[in-house]
Amino acid sequence: MQKFERLDGLVAPLDRANVDTDLIIPKQFLKSIQRTGFGVNLFDELRYLDEGQPGQDCSQRPLNPDFVLNRPRYQGAGVLLARHNFGCGSSREHAPWALADFGFRVVIAPSFADIFYNNAFKNGILLITLPEVVVDRLFAEVEAAEGYRLEVDLAEQRVITPSGEILGFEIDAFRKHCLLEGLDDIGITLQNEDAIRAFEQQHREARPWLFREA
Amino acid sequence: MAGQTLYDKLWSQHLVKERDDGTALIYIDRQLLHEVTSPQAFEGLRLANRRPWRIDANLATPDHNVPTTLKERAAGNAGIADPVSLIQVQTLDDNCHEFGIEEFRINDPRQGIVHVVGPEQGATLPGMTVVCGDSHTATHGAFAALAHGIGTSEVEHVLATQCLLAQKMQNMQVRVEGVLGAGVTAKDIVLAIIGEIGTAGGTGYAIEFAGSAIQSLSMEGRMTVCNMAIEAGARVGLIAVDDTTIDYLKGRHYAPSAEQWAAAVADWRHLVSDDDAAFDKVVTLDAAAIEPQVSWGTSPEMVTGIGGEVPDPAEAADETARTGIIRALDYMGLAPKQKITDIRLDKVFIGSCTNSRIEDLREAAKVARGKTVADSIQLAMVVPGSGLVKQQAEAEGLDAIFRAAGFEWREPGCSMCLAMNADKLGAGEHCASTSNRNFEGRQGYGGRTHLVSPAMAAAAAIAGHFVDVRALGGDSPAHDAIPQQEA
Ligand code: SF4
Repeated sequence: MQKFERLDGLVAPLDRANVDTDLIIPKQFLKSIQRTGFGVNLFDELRYLDEGQPGQDCSQRPLNPDFVLNRPRYQGAGVLLARHNFGCGSSREHAPWALADFGFRVVIAPSFADIFYNNAFKNGILLITLPEVVVDRLFAEVEAAEGYRLEVDLAEQRVITPSGEILGFEIDAFRKHCLLEGLDDIGITLQNEDAIRAFEQQHREARPWLFREA
Repeated sequence: MAGQTLYDKLWSQHLVKERDDGTALIYIDRQLLHEVTSPQAFEGLRLANRRPWRIDANLATPDHNVPTTLKERAAGNAGIADPVSLIQVQTLDDNCHEFGIEEFRINDPRQGIVHVVGPEQGATLPGMTVVCGDSHTATHGAFAALAHGIGTSEVEHVLATQCLLAQKMQNMQVRVEGVLGAGVTAKDIVLAIIGEIGTAGGTGYAIEFAGSAIQSLSMEGRMTVCNMAIEAGARVGLIAVDDTTIDYLKGRHYAPSAEQWAAAVADWRHLVSDDDAAFDKVVTLDAAAIEPQVSWGTSPEMVTGIGGEVPDPAEAADETARTGIIRALDYMGLAPKQKITDIRLDKVFIGSCTNSRIEDLREAAKVARGKTVADSIQLAMVVPGSGLVKQQAEAEGLDAIFRAAGFEWREPGCSMCLAMNADKLGAGEHCASTSNRNFEGRQGYGGRTHLVSPAMAAAAAIAGHFVDVRALGGDSPAHDAIPQQEA
């Protein structure tokens, strides 16, 4: 996993609640057996005016000029500002793969859906939950100032606005550690191999029917 | 000390190790695999030179991409017209073969939607932890199994370690008390719950569904309810073990052997919340007040009773809700205050892991028997959840009822639930669907989904628009009460 320590990023605002994973990456793109290449189809149905197909050359497709990520002032954004319940719906990890591939390393919202929350961190994306009033204010600030950037410091758990305002955020210690170090979960878990084997043996003795061979 | 909830018990029975930071290692008893969310996980294993920890804990079947017409299916994988879908299905076959994982392939009679197949085979048992790279894994909680969806990195993690890194959720209880009205089903219960608590109402919680109306449901009905826990934001839905659970499991392929059965049942009887267990949140619904539900918008919480109407954004509680309603009505092509019964339909889909089990097909067939699908409906399709459901339905003559009425009778798979195969809506088309998500584009680019029960979908197919299935009356439906297609 890619490390995350700090980011000074241009902010793009997606002013819409309950953004679901079908919207983040529509199902026809889930047919890929790769982990990369999903960025061009991020928000496909909002971003383009036609229906996208996997493997297509997206540079020839008509863009929706009204969609926020298509506006020139948000090109190159690394921080996505979003609304409540971002990432609801399916468990598709293609959603964070698409966000990361597009260039987003941070998403800020008042709340996130559970499965998406897990998946994002496993792909080096930092999700920051801030109170709704604060997010409202950030939307207003982004809208008002072209080139609006936020500085995100994971170690210090803070977001710094252009005016110097410091917004603290919460994150659990384990996720923070993995993200700062770019650690692979599986490797960490396998350090507990003996504990897993011991548990498994005791579990098998207590409930042998859970281990029935086909 | 306060008692434990069912969720607390399942959690502590699988706790391998707790870390100081609140993260825990949880042992996983069963992993279900399908073709969409597993290829990158297997690839990851290979790249790291790892082997699956416990091969027999895994069970695979292709479901999302498989075609559902007999013509395509007859040729097996070779019949899959879409080359990208074919690669994905073939990749699952290859991976399962390489790693020795049991798979029900495309034309195996046991193939089907993972969430139908697992319980049907007894591969989902009370007291298990069950995961799958699919958010509707919540379905398996109907068996008092701790079951939830995971992402592909976690699929790889479970393959490699038989464990998951997890954090304990909070406990919510949703009680549905009383007796359901005739014609009102498990699907209506869960849609009403989501309408009540919202699509984020269950975020961070494991929801236990309880109360007399839940207890009176069959296992099929319970699976329908738990299936949509995720649509209320909860990764986990649970229902306590009782005789209905135990009776369903007896004799299933992976169920405990005869020698182990008594001990297993004795153990399962403890899989209920203690009387004095404390829940962080409790929500209660009156079953008698639940009408047949129809979703009108682009989120499962945008739902109302069949007697209701589309909301007026002018009456919304706040600005975010107002813009949400305006956007949904625009996408759905509906007008404020339009009556639900005035919504005309183009397609009807009966299927998906929410409603494709035998009982669902029976309910729909009861309504369709002796009727004809309205001329204005371009396509009405019934897609059984598995090959075994299909066989059972055919043995009962349900396929003949559907065909005679003008429904297409298809081969098992996810089909138009998410339209990864050829079954999809055209732009602007309205569909009465027994699936679980009405998101924009879910059933096809520009498609408009209305979530309903199987009986409501069948009645809508015949009328060409939504009708109140209760007008059919009691257990022996007075079929004549369905308005046969209007001009
Ligand atoms: S039927 Fe639909 S919701 Fe269920 S697993 Fe298949 S695609 Fe997902």
